[in-house]
Amino acid sequence: MSVVTASSRTPPANTQGEAVIETSQLTKRYGKFTAVDNLNLTVHRGEVFGLLGPNGAGKTTTILMLLGLTEPTSGSVRVLGFDPSREPLDVKARVGYLPDAIGFYDELTARENLAYIARLNGLPHAEAAKRIPAAIERMGLGEVIDHPVATFSRGMRQRLGVAELLLKQPEIIIMDEPTLGLDPEAAHDFLKMILQLKQEGITILLSSHLLHQVQQVCDRVGLFSNGRMMISGTVAELAQRVLKGGYRITVQASGPVDAIQRALLALPGVQKVEQSQPETFVIHGAHDLRADAAGAVVNAGGRLYGLDVEAPSLDEIYSVYFKEATNGAGS
Amino acid sequence: MAQAVKVQSTAAQPASQARRRKGSPWTGLWAVVAKEMADHLSSVRMQILEVLILLTAVGTVYAVMQGVRQTVGQDPFIFLRLFTTAREPLPAFVGFLSFLVPLIAISMAFDAVNGEFNRRTMSRVLAQPIYRDALLMGKFLAGFFTLALVLTAIWLLVMGMGILGLGLPPSGEEVARSLIFLVATIFYGGIWLALGLVFSVIFRQPATAALGALAVWLFFTIFWSMLASLLARVISPVTYGTAQELLRQIEVEQALSRISPNTLYVEATLGILNPAIRSFGILLPSQLEGAIIGAPLPLSQSLMLMWPQLTGLIAATILLFALAYVLFQRQEIRA
Repeated sequence: MSVVTASSRTPPANTQGEAVIETSQLTKRYGKFTAVDNLNLTVHRGEVFGLLGPNGAGKTTTILMLLGLTEPTSGSVRVLGFDPSREPLDVKARVGYLPDAIGFYDELTARENLAYIARLNGLPHAEAAKRIPAAIERMGLGEVIDHPVATFSRGMRQRLGVAELLLKQPEIIIMDEPTLGLDPEAAHDFLKMILQLKQEGITILLSSHLLHQVQQVCDRVGLFSNGRMMISGTVAELAQRVLKGGYRITVQASGPVDAIQRALLALPGVQKVEQSQPETFVIHGAHDLRADAAGAVVNAGGRLYGLDVEAPSLDEIYSVYFKEATNGAGS
Repeated sequence: MAQAVKVQSTAAQPASQARRRKGSPWTGLWAVVAKEMADHLSSVRMQILEVLILLTAVGTVYAVMQGVRQTVGQDPFIFLRLFTTAREPLPAFVGFLSFLVPLIAISMAFDAVNGEFNRRTMSRVLAQPIYRDALLMGKFLAGFFTLALVLTAIWLLVMGMGILGLGLPPSGEEVARSLIFLVATIFYGGIWLALGLVFSVIFRQPATAALGALAVWLFFTIFWSMLASLLARVISPVTYGTAQELLRQIEVEQALSRISPNTLYVEATLGILNPAIRSFGILLPSQLEGAIIGAPLPLSQSLMLMWPQLTGLIAATILLFALAYVLFQRQEIRA
């Protein structure tokens, strides 16, 4: 019982920014195969961190080591100040885990499934009886609370999985490929729900290979490949580093073409200006240059018809980064 | 001094220090036991087997009572006859138990661990604040308690039918002997339960695990006794035909056949339920000096006679569970 009270969250206000997950030189080998290679990862309280990478990059292994479900070969892990391989119960009482392929006891109802988890967490019966319907209700499964899970769709199971996390009231939630196999609408709802959990002060670590979805919710991301975290930071930082910005501004304007092009090129932060069609210019810039571009076109005596910006996408960062990385390795 | 040594050794071996875990390995054990027992008791699989065992109990005991009514007055161990007497065409109740109990035990355990993996509930359950120890131990204990519950109910039923049918209460010694028989039966089931658990850890397919466990059971029930006599002839051949050689061969065969839990169980039940039995092997005339043939042994002597068999059953249960435990601890959790 004491475990549960201890897991109730400390107010996020005064602890914002404190590192809740820290790994240093974390390594896991299976025989000769290195699944995770010298990983240094820091996740701060209250942020949403995305572990991104292709299947088999070592994301799930990392997650299992954070939860103490797999022993690291070497290196150290700290989750909320606890060592998961020595104090797994302390870690697991405070961390909620949503596995990629989530399963429930099909013959039991949603309520019974959560009741089992509540007992495993040592929740007092009265407390569990209050929290279970509340959590299931919140995930929109109130009507099927007493139906056997066998009748649930993939999306409903996923939501029941989140209800289980809510029941635990964790400080950190770890999700492995949470949107995999969901239809677009369910995936969208799920991402919205992640942002709600963040609002409540819960730190979230999620792994995915669906980059465009992750981009919508993650404060920071780490790119994983072959067991190594190649690069990490906010999407904007990565764009800055990998794409040197990655913003693409499309300007539609008529007038003196050369003058406009020269004016655009002279703007600070512009890397390249292309004329894709007679009256369309594409600017590659380090940040959002729309306002500056508009001014430049008008000053150069042109007439502005349209202005559009394309923010850098993780997909692009990812493909460019790994192209560079493999080229670098080859030369 | 001792303190200094301790400090030094931990400093020298940080790896061994890191292996020490915090928190009780039994956290959550009873939650697992309660859930698994509820599953067992409500599962159709178990209910079918329970009905089967109930029918055999009622059938055999009824048949026996038809036969022994007239001798009620003379036989001091009439209640024990309810378990051991066979009346054509039915075998004795203990005979039924010796193959129904393994079936029940295996049916409870064969998908215990691999079922969690296949339903993809393993990582979710182990992400709760419990150790793996609690999960495996909980599953074993739940099966064991279910077995004990069912067998105790059957035992009470047989005793109750005996009181009603024979019209007299069992003596204290009869109750004691049949209770020891009950314990032996439960541990006999425990062996197959632990074996099923081992197979459910080794094989990811429940069907493979079930067939593997049933194959072991068949092997020991049917083939082992034949094999034991063949092996005995090889290990200790009779070349000159002396009595000593013959005796040695029989002893070897008996020792070999006791590797089978079935042999242990049958000997244990015979020893405790039949007070007239003095030895499981050959009785030499010298050993019978001064004995009254057919006179019952006191309870303590019967217990001494079957004690090795009973401890053998318990030890085999514990060893098999330990094997399942070690295998499960080494297993990777990723689905």
